[in-house]
Amino acid sequence: MATAVEVRDLKAWFGKTEALHGINMAVEQAHATAVIGPSGCGKSTFIRCLNRMHETNPDARAEGEVKVGNADIYDMPAVDVRRKVGMVFQKPNPFPSMSIYDNVAAGLKLNGTRNHKTLDDVVERSLQQSALWDEVKDVLKKKSGASLSGGQQQRLCIARALAVNPEVLLMDEPCSALDPISTAKIEDLIFELKQRLTIVIVTHNMQQASRVAEFTGFFLMGNLVEFDRTEKIFTNPSDKRTEDYITGRFG
Amino acid sequence: MTRIRFHQELDELKHRILAMAGMAEQAVDLAVQAYSQRDLALCERVLTNEPGINRAEREVDEFAIDLLAMQQPMAVDLRFILAVIKINADLERVGDQAVNIAQRVMHMAGMPAFELPVDIPAMASRVRAMVRDALRSFIEGDTELAKRVLEADDEIDRINHEAFAALSACMQAKPDCAVQALDALSIARNLERVADHATNIAEDVIFWVRGADVRHGAGQTIAGS
Repeated sequence: MATAVEVRDLKAWFGKTEALHGINMAVEQAHATAVIGPSGCGKSTFIRCLNRMHETNPDARAEGEVKVGNADIYDMPAVDVRRKVGMVFQKPNPFPSMSIYDNVAAGLKLNGTRNHKTLDDVVERSLQQSALWDEVKDVLKKKSGASLSGGQQQRLCIARALAVNPEVLLMDEPCSALDPISTAKIEDLIFELKQRLTIVIVTHNMQQASRVAEFTGFFLMGNLVEFDRTEKIFTNPSDKRTEDYITGRFG
Repeated sequence: MTRIRFHQELDELKHRILAMAGMAEQAVDLAVQAYSQRDLALCERVLTNEPGINRAEREVDEFAIDLLAMQQPMAVDLRFILAVIKINADLERVGDQAVNIAQRVMHMAGMPAFELPVDIPAMASRVRAMVRDALRSFIEGDTELAKRVLEADDEIDRINHEAFAALSACMQAKPDCAVQALDALSIARNLERVADHATNIAEDVIFWVRGADVRHGAGQTIAGS
């Protein structure tokens, strides 16, 4: 198996507060990796460091090495990083005034693509990949992103992230605002996408982690306590703290 | 501590399986006592109690399945519930073995007593000790005790083989005792199976506590771990 993201001694701060204390993790290519842990454990901070979103917070900084492929993302322009590493957030955030089509094409247009045929192809491919195409193909330019249901909006955001052909897709609790049917669709989508893409998903829902991810990391107070195959984490974790958390004995 | 209700329900599950274990253990005790005393009334009690064990098995299974479905347990809790479901099946089979023994005793009771070359009460005493230890290892989560149960099973197998040889020889030498010897042979085999169920229970305890699968001789790999 190949490593898609190599994290070495990653530390992150909010002002003077150290939120991550030297994380090491090798994320497998074309697999889903789940990041779990109680609120405030640093899991969202961790994945936001994987595409340099963390440093967009005032007073926030990160230190260490995050390699995507062979390139250290902290030696690249942030805009290039976000092309390689897409992100989907907890709350769907389509551009409300833009059409569905423009929402998906936004990233490409920002990168300078103007060719209509290219844009059409990418929009269709991205919406197909995000399993939204059949539901919106007749209203692509008539309806706004905001007119869709919550689940559809989230899949639109996934399509928007896929449009720039990223190597890695980060998902920060992508289903926490969705109903079970929409959640199941996103999970099916993760299953499809990880055939080609590397996915890192933060989730509070441990059943979701066990359903979608081959690997799981348990974070606690800014440390990666345990990282292993998901079935090991959820049936027989090595660390007592992991076991206490996933069995609900603290948290 | 969070998920308080769930952990209370796990305690309740343990309570129920232990009640079931008590019934199965008592069934074996009564059947063995019936053999020693040729007591038909005790045999009847074993037979009368069996539906209660079967009912308890269904109730424990239902409770465990509800917990799996409703609480989505993880790690040690998941392993505990899986172990309980398997132990439950073993206990029900222990009850069945007790019934088989009782039926053989009822058959023997109608015939003149022969001095058979097998010490069923002594074998039964070892088997009951295994069952008791397996259940105690479950109650206390004691994997060392569970390992000793696994080791004790070899001795029961040996006794069973010896009983087979001795009773076969007896049948050949004294054809008059053949029917009773066959009954005793069946009882020895029933007891050997009870010991196998105790072994299964001990393996399940190790799985629950350590997450290690020691079935089919894989126990060597965890020795001392």
